[in-house]
Amino acid sequence: MTPLRYARAADAQDAVLQAQAGARFLGGGTNLVDLMRETIERPEALVDVSGLANGIEESRDGGVLIGAATRNTAVAAHPVVRKRYPVLARAILSGASAQIRNMATTGGNLLQRTRCAYFYDEEGSRCNKRHPGQGCDAREGFNRNHAILGASSACVAVHPSDMAVALAALDAVVHTRTSQGERQIAVTDLHRLPGDRPDIETMLEPDELITAIALPPALPRSTYRKVRDRSSYAFALVSVAGAVQVEGGRVLDVRLALGGVAHRPWRARRAEDILRGGAADRAAFAAAADAELAEACALSDNGFKIELARRTIIAVLEELTGERP
Amino acid sequence: MSMIINGLPAEVPLDPRVSLLDFLRDDLRLHGTKKGCDQGACGACTVLADGERILSCLALAVQYEGRSVTTIEGVGTATELHQLQQAFIEHDGFQCGYCTPGQICSAIGMAEEIRRGVPSHVTDDLDAPTMPFCAEEIRERMSGNLCRCGAHNGIVEAIAATFAALPEAEAAE
Ligand SMILES: Cc1cc2nc3c(=O)[nH]c(=O)nc-3n(C[C@H](O)[C@H](O)[C@H](O)COP(=O)(O)OP(=O)(O)OC[C@H]3O[C@@H](n4cnc5c(N)ncnc54)[C@H](O)[C@@H]3O)c2cc1C
Ligand code: SF4
Ligand code: FES
Ligand code: FES
Repeated sequence: MTPLRYARAADAQDAVLQAQAGARFLGGGTNLVDLMRETIERPEALVDVSGLANGIEESRDGGVLIGAATRNTAVAAHPVVRKRYPVLARAILSGASAQIRNMATTGGNLLQRTRCAYFYDEEGSRCNKRHPGQGCDAREGFNRNHAILGASSACVAVHPSDMAVALAALDAVVHTRTSQGERQIAVTDLHRLPGDRPDIETMLEPDELITAIALPPALPRSTYRKVRDRSSYAFALVSVAGAVQVEGGRVLDVRLALGGVAHRPWRARRAEDILRGGAADRAAFAAAADAELAEACALSDNGFKIELARRTIIAVLEELTGERP
Repeated sequence: MSMIINGLPAEVPLDPRVSLLDFLRDDLRLHGTKKGCDQGACGACTVLADGERILSCLALAVQYEGRSVTTIEGVGTATELHQLQQAFIEHDGFQCGYCTPGQICSAIGMAEEIRRGVPSHVTDDLDAPTMPFCAEEIRERMSGNLCRCGAHNGIVEAIAATFAALPEAEAAE
């Protein structure tokens, strides 16, 4: 049995100094503890960062700054998030269970790993994400939950986070820190597409700590819709985060992101380009959805996701541009 | 530093790998908290950490050093049942009973969340200052606790009877 060290970080600087090779940051542990038990993750040391900055502050530019250790429940329940960023509150509330949301941190949620069943099956399956070059058993296996956009021959897994899809649609910015200094990364640049290195999932350095997430001012209306096999406590088959500003029947501004379809939260910029400045009607919504999904590619079992994504995009845009309930 | 379990201090295990669930069951012999899936999917291991419901199977015991944890053994005893335990008996809230400790701890945590105004996936108006205690809300908020005996209807009734019946003033505390 490999020995494991555990230490609580006193602050962000202490955390990055403790994060030597073989160490991992520990948030709520809801993903990492599970993966350690399955021997998929084998850290030598855990640096507990769940006690670091966990507040939500309004920033001077009209946005919000969320400490990386803020629990998912606390973000979704915060009055400013509920009022100005309903897409974020709804995305978080549609994910996992209340118990898990009470434990999970904002940083950990963003960096949770795929739920591909072959990835979890260390004993019995080949997986390029676990062992680069080994092969991918999902490609020719049960791939109903897998990617339709941006996949590669090496990996067809999807990113499971609901919260991250909302953050992508909100143009959130990830604040990070290493022993070398601090930087800011657009959340849409954080996660990588799999390419031929699906084991490298983000652009973060191994010792790079997420310290906070900044949200710019919100568009007036936003929401999140998640389609899944049962109505609660299940990962998304497809989800859509949308935010719009409409005036006189025209779309002034719009942001769309899809979940459950790719190795990262999928920002739907092609759809946005078609919608921006155009009429807020069903024909435009359908054209935008079609453009975004033009390059979608089905595996043996997940072709249904393409039509499901199309319909969910249209439904979300109709909801956001219709009469307020 | 140690942890407080049901009001009593306990030394956390030396091996940081030990989950809070295994610590409770194997080291402290508190067998009320159940292991269903050991991977976060069933809710049988739910306990309260400083009053908040969490899954003890996905938690390392060391993470909860310095915190106060309540298990079903701290909720009520055979001679002094918690109101909610009594309601589970009256409303047929269980058959085999395996999920019950988790259901009860979860429901106590849930009641507190509703009191604090935490919204849920089925809450229509995210801005509403108070959250309704209706069956639809209870079902959604309890979806992290599975019951393979299918006692869900009795569970929802027992929870509603216990918490929804509280007078407004008390519920708003
Ligand atoms: C049964 C089940 C159902 C679920 N359903 C859903 C669902 O429907 N939707 C959904 O979105 N999620 C779902 N989840 C996943 C859940 O949301 C994640 O497990 C959780 O958000 C992870 O957060 P954490 O703080 O516990 O992360 P941890 O497990 O602590 O960490 C996850 C990863 O992030 C790294 N990390 C943590 N914090 C930082 C930081 N500050 N800086 C850098 N790296 C960091 C860790 O090293 C680790 O690699 C489900 C989980 C379970 C078990
Ligand atoms: S899809 Fe990706 S994560 Fe799943 S088995 Fe293939 S390589 Fe592994
Ligand atoms: S044993 Fe913890 S959720 Fe099933
Ligand atoms: S009563 Fe048997 S599992 Fe719920």
